[in-house]
Amino acid sequence: MDYFAQQLINGLVLGSIYGLIAIGYTMVYGIVGMINFAHGDVFMIGGFIALITFLILISLGLTAIPVILLVVLLVSMAITALYGWTIERIAYRPLRHSFRLAPMLSAIGMSFVLTNYSQVSQGARVKPVPPIITGGYTLHEGAEGFAVQLSNMQIVVVITTIVLLAIFTWLVSRTRLGRDMRACEQDQTMASLLGVDVDRTISMTFVIGAALASVAGMMYLLYYGQVDFNMGFVAGIKAFTAAVLGGIGSLPGAVLGGLAIGLIETFWSAYFSVEYKDVAAFSILIIVLIFMPTGLLGRPEVEKV
Amino acid sequence: MTALSTETTHVSRTAGVHFILKKAFLSACTALVLFSLMIGIRTEAGPDGPLTYWTRFGELASMVGLVFGGSIIVELIRQWIGPIGAEKLVPTSVKNGMSLLGRYLGPALLVFTLLVPVIFYNQRYILDLAILVLTYVMLGWGLNVVVGLAGLLDLGYVAFYAVGAYSYALLATNFGWSFWVCLPLAGVLAAMWGVMLGFPVLRLRGDYLAIVTLAFGEIIRLVILNWQELTGGPNGVSGIPRPSLFGIPLDNSDDGLAALLHIEYSATHRIVFLFYLILALALLTNWVTIRLRRLPIGRAWEALREDEVACRALGINTTTTKLTAFATGAMFGGFAGAFFATRQGFISPESFTFQESALVLAIVVLGGMGSQLGVALAALTMIGGFELFRSLEGYRMLVFGMAMVLIMIWRPRGIIGHRAPTVFLTKAQAISSDLVKEGHG
Repeated sequence: MDYFAQQLINGLVLGSIYGLIAIGYTMVYGIVGMINFAHGDVFMIGGFIALITFLILISLGLTAIPVILLVVLLVSMAITALYGWTIERIAYRPLRHSFRLAPMLSAIGMSFVLTNYSQVSQGARVKPVPPIITGGYTLHEGAEGFAVQLSNMQIVVVITTIVLLAIFTWLVSRTRLGRDMRACEQDQTMASLLGVDVDRTISMTFVIGAALASVAGMMYLLYYGQVDFNMGFVAGIKAFTAAVLGGIGSLPGAVLGGLAIGLIETFWSAYFSVEYKDVAAFSILIIVLIFMPTGLLGRPEVEKV
Repeated sequence: MTALSTETTHVSRTAGVHFILKKAFLSACTALVLFSLMIGIRTEAGPDGPLTYWTRFGELASMVGLVFGGSIIVELIRQWIGPIGAEKLVPTSVKNGMSLLGRYLGPALLVFTLLVPVIFYNQRYILDLAILVLTYVMLGWGLNVVVGLAGLLDLGYVAFYAVGAYSYALLATNFGWSFWVCLPLAGVLAAMWGVMLGFPVLRLRGDYLAIVTLAFGEIIRLVILNWQELTGGPNGVSGIPRPSLFGIPLDNSDDGLAALLHIEYSATHRIVFLFYLILALALLTNWVTIRLRRLPIGRAWEALREDEVACRALGINTTTTKLTAFATGAMFGGFAGAFFATRQGFISPESFTFQESALVLAIVVLGGMGSQLGVALAALTMIGGFELFRSLEGYRMLVFGMAMVLIMIWRPRGIIGHRAPTVFLTKAQAISSDLVKEGHG
């Protein structure tokens, strides 16, 4: 039971990270109708930028952990958001009225560019960092000496996810930008006729998605204590699975899906086999798409001829 | 929307130098922020564990300068060519010349390919490279059935390549079966996997289909990697037997081919044999595809690619159409995989990553989906280009990714490609009630 509780906590934390990435997929898919294949690599770039900012701040002699975390968060969100904007501008915008598969292929190309860009510029080796947030609580002391631990790090990850999700839910449901986004999601031509700047709205979607992915990258860095250039691919597919599971186009769905994938992966590793945890996640993607293509909270897609 | 965009380009054309400089400056500023941390600072784990970093402002400045210059050049080219997507008027003489070239390029290329072992007999490197190119031509043609003809985006094609390779490797090393027995078996097994993948994804389309095939490819790779008892896991399978010429081994032994023909043995014999083997397999793929295109099933594939709903409305069974496309494509992938295994003599999961799938897909897409000659030329360009940049390991995939993005922007239908349906009405025919009345219908 203690073991189960510990895995539940670990799974929820991992799921929060997936959920943050999944939001980027789900928003872009909702508005542009394309799978932003490079999104997993944007997450990786976010992790790298957080790492570099962190190193600089430490060498400048800063010691106040909350200040460091806040600065790292803001810097990596800002720069990664610019990455998101640039990627949309270079690789996707010229293809908006191209044939169906063109944006997808362009996104795959962009994903290769980002992966190899960080490999060339930062080297192929894994970058470790010492634990930044230490300490934690023992929730329950088990009979056989197994204690259920909740580390401060895990609390930070979950709280950050909840706060960001609240902010962005508010942004989408209450602000002008959110209204524009929802309008573009329904009908881009009609929205542009009614004075919505479609290009700008789509750019902003990518910016927000990239900013959230960079937070996920930073959380990943803090939680696992390392980043490498190759981590975007698998994390990206899992987050996409989360977005599909939660119902693509739905923000709460993305987080729900992320939590579900995180839990499934953790429990699978804990009770069956670590080697096949990715197989489990990918199988879920296939099973969900076959039996429940609209996901948990998604709307059924009506096919227009 | 269109009127708006032409208006802006008009404005940008007249704006001249000031506009270009401003745009280049903005691009350079963006680049400065983007590259500031990733290129300006280099991190590496120090000798005693913790990360250290050092600055690289020289590289950063040159990258920003490069973006500034590149932006000016791109803008100039854009003004020179005109807006993207505009119909370009090609003179008829050029058009005729191109079509003439197109008609004779294929046969000329084939004759040249047949002569490659004769011309480059003593150049082992070129022969090896030619075999590699032909392997990718074959994979491209196989995937072309799925992507180019049936219009189903398959990102996990390498899975069938892997199934073919491992089928041959395991059957040959465990049971000692010969290549010629295993080759059809590898094809059949891969085709079965194609159907297994095809069944669940029948209802999916477009992007979803692409992601599911990608997941499928990764699952196959992960299973191969982790099922150590059967596949040897990351160590792979080694000691895979070399192919024989219908039972006659191509080696230095007394009953080898060289001894039978009373000629001096040379290692090149085997390479030449492998070359013609893959050429034959590739041509088989091409021939089958061309023949299938003229059969009802091929027509159905093309119809499916153009419009699935219309296809269904016309009474085409989309289930069998999709499944046959997957199975046919997978079968050729399996053949290519078996060839790969016998040529290398050693296979491991590393050869079957997503990058391979993307590479084959890029060949198909850049070649112009559906065009056989285009795919062959694209394979030649890509694999040849990869060889040229062999020394720049890390930059190779970077350039590959950039090329993929640029070509999608510049020629989304592929460089050589045309994907006109093979059947269409040559003459407009009036069908009206008075024709029907007279019984002409």
